[in-house]
Amino acid sequence: MSTSGVLPERRIAEQTVGAVLDETWEEEPGLKGWITTVNHKRIGRRYLVTAGLFFTLSGIQAVVLRTQLITPNNQFLDPEWYNQLFTLHGTTMIFWFVTPMLFGFGNFFLPLMIGTRDMAFPRMNAFSYWVFMMSGLLIFASLPFQMAPNAGWFNYVPLSGDYQQQINIEFYTLGVAFLGVSTTVGAINFIVTALKMRAPGMSLARMPIYVWSVVATSFMVVFALPPLNLANFMLFMDLRFGTKFFDPAAGGDVVLWQHLFWLFGHPDVYIIVLPALGIISSIIPTFSRRAIMAYPLIVFATVGTAIIAFGVWAHHMYAVGLSNVSMTFFAAATLTITIPSGIQMVAWVGTMLAGRIVITPAMLYAFGFIAAFMIGGVTGVMFGVVGFDQQVTDSYFVVAHFHYVLFGGAVLPILAGLFYWWPKMTGRMTSPKAGYWSFGLVFFGFNLLFFPMHISGLLGMPRRIYTYDDGLGWTVWNFASTIGSYVLGVGLLLTLGIFAHSLLRGPRAPDDPWGSNTLEWATGSPPKAYNFPVVPTVHSANPMWDGQTLTTMETYRHDEQRTMTEEHMSVRTSELDGRFEMTMLMPEESPLPFIVALCILATVTSLLFSVYFLVGIFAALGTAALAYWLWHRPGVEE
Amino acid sequence: MQLPRRRRGGANSAARRSTRALACTAAWTVLLIGTLTACGNDSPSTLSPAGPKSQLIATIWWALFGISVLVSALVIGAMLWAAFFRRGDTKVNQTSGKGIVLTLGAVIPAAILIATFGTSVGGIARNADPPSPTEMTIEITGNRWWWEVRYPEAGVVTANEIHIPVDTPVRLRLETDDVIHSFWVPELMPKQDLLPKRINHVWMSADEPGVYRGQCAEYCGAQHAHMAFHVVAEPSNEFEVWLAEQSEPAEKPDTELEREGLDVLQTSTCGTCHTVRGTSADGELGPDLTHVGSRSWLAAGAIPNDFGHMSGWVANSQTVKPGNLMPPQQLSPEELRAVVTYLQSLE
Repeated sequence: MSTSGVLPERRIAEQTVGAVLDETWEEEPGLKGWITTVNHKRIGRRYLVTAGLFFTLSGIQAVVLRTQLITPNNQFLDPEWYNQLFTLHGTTMIFWFVTPMLFGFGNFFLPLMIGTRDMAFPRMNAFSYWVFMMSGLLIFASLPFQMAPNAGWFNYVPLSGDYQQQINIEFYTLGVAFLGVSTTVGAINFIVTALKMRAPGMSLARMPIYVWSVVATSFMVVFALPPLNLANFMLFMDLRFGTKFFDPAAGGDVVLWQHLFWLFGHPDVYIIVLPALGIISSIIPTFSRRAIMAYPLIVFATVGTAIIAFGVWAHHMYAVGLSNVSMTFFAAATLTITIPSGIQMVAWVGTMLAGRIVITPAMLYAFGFIAAFMIGGVTGVMFGVVGFDQQVTDSYFVVAHFHYVLFGGAVLPILAGLFYWWPKMTGRMTSPKAGYWSFGLVFFGFNLLFFPMHISGLLGMPRRIYTYDDGLGWTVWNFASTIGSYVLGVGLLLTLGIFAHSLLRGPRAPDDPWGSNTLEWATGSPPKAYNFPVVPTVHSANPMWDGQTLTTMETYRHDEQRTMTEEHMSVRTSELDGRFEMTMLMPEESPLPFIVALCILATVTSLLFSVYFLVGIFAALGTAALAYWLWHRPGVEE
Repeated sequence: MQLPRRRRGGANSAARRSTRALACTAAWTVLLIGTLTACGNDSPSTLSPAGPKSQLIATIWWALFGISVLVSALVIGAMLWAAFFRRGDTKVNQTSGKGIVLTLGAVIPAAILIATFGTSVGGIARNADPPSPTEMTIEITGNRWWWEVRYPEAGVVTANEIHIPVDTPVRLRLETDDVIHSFWVPELMPKQDLLPKRINHVWMSADEPGVYRGQCAEYCGAQHAHMAFHVVAEPSNEFEVWLAEQSEPAEKPDTELEREGLDVLQTSTCGTCHTVRGTSADGELGPDLTHVGSRSWLAAGAIPNDFGHMSGWVANSQTVKPGNLMPPQQLSPEELRAVVTYLQSLE
């Protein structure tokens, strides 16, 4: 490696074709370029920044909620504010933070990891971002007007029916359905990209585990979102047009909502966690200096989780009064889904034990993840025991459990991923010592915040209560939790500071600062618009370590099928074994995704406020823009 | 020369650190178990069970807890061992490790999980039916945000206070008039939801006389936090006396003030929502007040039942339980004093 940190193979390739490619892939500057871009890295960064902003807003809500609970009978918030805040906190963390954040990583790194130049549908990718961003603005805008959803994030009927102000619930039904467009489109994009655009030689058996996890997640999104969208559609019809799907007085069924919701809701846990586990499977081999243990088993576990996840939803409903037979079935499925996680856990720890550990902030966060996910996992197994589930469901015990799974199992990996990939995304290193402090504060605050909730739950404290009496044994644990939330907040602020400092003052990052195993590190830091000057031929599951893959970037530097200097082009390969099929033309930048997303936003907003003639106008405009978009495909007419 | 020495030093301090971590964990565990079992009296704790259902679940919990601590300690311990001792110039082992991962990650967990499944199914079976047949059914209806309690055979209607004879399983018939609620008495029985137009039957039993706090566990809107109730388990002779008293119509007023109070009750809006059997008040929206003076709490556990709290509640309940469905009452101070005195006398 040279002093400037550029990999020698890449330097030679860049010297040959870099200048031409720079010109071909150059983007329009200024505001216009900002709106029209289809570059997966810019879109990925935007996803991360926007989701990070939503995380901050939603985190502030959580701190406010915790402040209300710091002492018994506290008067800091009135019940209506409390109920809107906890509903919005859950809804936005799940829908507008974790999944989009992980989609952000996927957008940025999936094409890099598989050695291609863009996502399969770059314009759809931009569209998916705009929809996510606009739907997020819409849902957060409800709070200042006290119009935020207030029936809990799973929005049970009939509470969400005639017992609340209609507008609050419609923000939920329309907002979530609007976002669903983005998630579905994004998932399809990931599936096609990973299956059709891997660099030649990257058979499925050589695909990085992170890519496997994004693909598995995407398939889950495609199958899990329809029941949610359907449920939201039915509820919206009930509220607005007087249908009776969920009205028990008219023969509707309130348990139907729960089935539809959790048929989405439990797979969604894995939609959130799987890509996070994928991040961990990327970090651990790098900092253990060896390939991941039992690669095929981890792949099997990832895919297995994605399938079994669709058979466990009713364990959220054990208190509803299901038959003993169905509770037994769902208990069995719930316990079964532990096994794939067990496999991964042993593989990670085994990789560490067999390897040579390098301590970095990213690796510390991975350690923290394993500890937290272990605790969240064993309490998860407990929910497979029906009687115990009935005892602690809807208590703070379950709040503790799912925060160990979601914060421990997704946010800690996200932070790990940020520290790990930051140099690749920005071209700057972060301060390791500050990173250790970040981990220390975040991990301590996280445990102080959520561990006591196990205890207050066992002591009989139900969730979603805006206040409680003294003398029930809950006071001290709630106090500890609230202090924990402040510590965690400070830790996260420090983390933000570390990244800001790195952007301004951080030392320049080399191509491959950590000595990693996957292809994203074969590009520049940050990568050029075209990612790879020469698309390499992949020789193993750890291309950076096999001593052959990188050389092909040099070997093929005069091969037009690998350099594709003429236009925006990418390589297409076969689904299973990654054989070269053809080069294909990729779409250029376009304002259409932004325009169509804007039309949908306008339609949804008009629908929300019942201005039906505007609904018609904006829907027509959106359809026209969409038609224009589909008419002008690359390679069809240009 | 320097490298190995530093590494050895690192390993030593690492060993010391991990010992300290171990001691710390042990201390925490002891503290945790201590706290969980010690606060039996004032806490509605799932771990101080007073009935067969919660007893079984608490036993299962301790077994699950033990296994969980063991498994977590092994995994986290192995990880920490790697973090401390697999650094520096350690030789990397390139094994694929499939066999080990399969054994430790799938086969052994599967054995544990099968045992857990057996426990789960066993628990369902044991808690499905009461140890002896139930003779009495109590009908419980969820409302925003209070509980109506009926003893149909005895013609008793009360609210937020459920009396049961000790050591005798009773059947509960659960339903709701509005949104979904969940019936939970941590010391006696786990949750059972109350659904509109679907009736759930469960049984409950208490081993020891006592007052057990319960609370709604399914979020049900603005005042979900103030929807508690109390289960009073008493010896069967005391229970029979209580039931007989509750089935009587309201006591006649004894004093002038109480008579005025009855008058206020019958002429103001109280009777629109509340029933006092034996008077003209026969509303059905709010709790039955025939024997309200005998209850220990008001407003579903939100405030104790005494003259002062009741006066505040009747005058403007919105300050106590904002968003509850009882509007502030336009009563003069004299009227208020009279009606509260009367209600307090209804034992």
